[in-house]
Amino acid sequence: MLNTRLYYLQRVSAMMMAPLVLCHIALMIYAVQGGLSAGEILSRTQGSVLWALFYGLFVLAVSVHAAIGLRVIVFETFGLRGILLNAFSVVVLLASLVLGMRAVYAVVAS
Amino acid sequence: MIRPHRSHPLWYAFMLHRLSGLALALFLPFHFYVLSLALTNAARFGSFIEWVHHPLVVVAETGLVFLLAVHFFGGLRLIALEFLPWTSRQKTLAAFALAASFFIACAFFLSAI
Amino acid sequence: MHIREAWKDEPLVSNSGTMKVSVWRGQGDVGQFEEFDVPVLDNQTILDVVSWIQQESDPTLTYRFACRVGMCGSCAMMVNGKPRWTCRTHVKKVRKDGAIEIAPLRNLPVIKDLAADMTEFFDKWVKAEGVFHPSKTREDPIEPINHESNARQQASAAIECINCAVCYAACDSVSSNSDYLGPAALNRAWTLVNDERDSAAEQRLKAVSGDGGCHSCHSHQSCMNYCPNELNPTASIAGLKRESVKNLSWWGW
Repeated sequence: MLNTRLYYLQRVSAMMMAPLVLCHIALMIYAVQGGLSAGEILSRTQGSVLWALFYGLFVLAVSVHAAIGLRVIVFETFGLRGILLNAFSVVVLLASLVLGMRAVYAVVAS
Repeated sequence: MIRPHRSHPLWYAFMLHRLSGLALALFLPFHFYVLSLALTNAARFGSFIEWVHHPLVVVAETGLVFLLAVHFFGGLRLIALEFLPWTSRQKTLAAFALAASFFIACAFFLSAI
Repeated sequence: MHIREAWKDEPLVSNSGTMKVSVWRGQGDVGQFEEFDVPVLDNQTILDVVSWIQQESDPTLTYRFACRVGMCGSCAMMVNGKPRWTCRTHVKKVRKDGAIEIAPLRNLPVIKDLAADMTEFFDKWVKAEGVFHPSKTREDPIEPINHESNARQQASAAIECINCAVCYAACDSVSSNSDYLGPAALNRAWTLVNDERDSAAEQRLKAVSGDGGCHSCHSHQSCMNYCPNELNPTASIAGLKRESVKNLSWWGW
């Protein structure tokens, strides 16, 4: 249930995320030691254009990647196809984008 | 039940990649929701973050870190398979992905407790 | 060394009891396993077992074979749940707790008993443009082909396919997507993509990039795991994926 375009987007979003995931994992291991607090997280992210770009890009890539990945799973497992499958993919993409960007906005602008 | 024709390491590697991807996709909305509380309900956001060090939550977080790492390394393996010249070391690469993910999950666990 | 010693110590054909063999019987979707007691021989393939049942026990058993030496690709079946070329599969290697279960190939409709309907398998070869489109006529001089060239080496690596459908039966992408062209057809397409005498590159790339095309492959690598000729369709399909991306046009197809 993938054509070349969806396949391409799936792989490009994956490649985009490779360095982002590495940073994310490193940051998690670093930040969690010695206790994590809301203040600590927000002090890092609030007003930071760099973190806003980092997480904004991450949300964009993960939304595309998850929407296409779930599309394949839903098709192969439940046999959903056609307009319903396309609608499902778009809903996942948009929901993930909206929730994700809202989260980025929250930790950067709050 | 795993049918006989599927019982080889690279099929397991596929299944691990699919299940980890699915689990991460399902976790994502929750992750985003908690972070967005920073804007809408700062007090609740704070109390959510307090939980991070509860032993059971640490175990769950370690699981998530493992899933992320295994999807990451497994994905690198697939991209190498598709875009680089073929290597016959597919099983070795899959085993490396698994081992590296355990290493990262352990590193997270040790720094979280 | 080992072979010669075994040869000396034991007679070629010795009867050492019988074994339980479960064989799928039925037509279409309906059927069940039927058990047979088959004499155990020292040198015995799964095809020998099936032939023995048909000749000595139940002449109505339907199965397919032709060459018996691993050339024609007719006799593939599921043996203890794994797809195998039965004429080159020794009983000793695949017996599990003394028993054997033989069924028709997975992922294909059953005609009767052990004979699978190969129609869709071969139709997909054509759908994948697994057909040679010559760039020259018989009036032209024969084109010299450099066997050392990278493209020719890639084509040659994938060319020894005997159309046995073992890979097709092993593939879970086929089971989850009935439109998927499958490892054999795509492997064949890859040999032609690399064949410099062929003239239908664009057409073929389009044929393998649709809904059931190369992008449906999830690299389980079951095809290469079970291919009796040790071909690597996964690598061929990866090649098609690369080519499709290289030729991707966002405004055309």
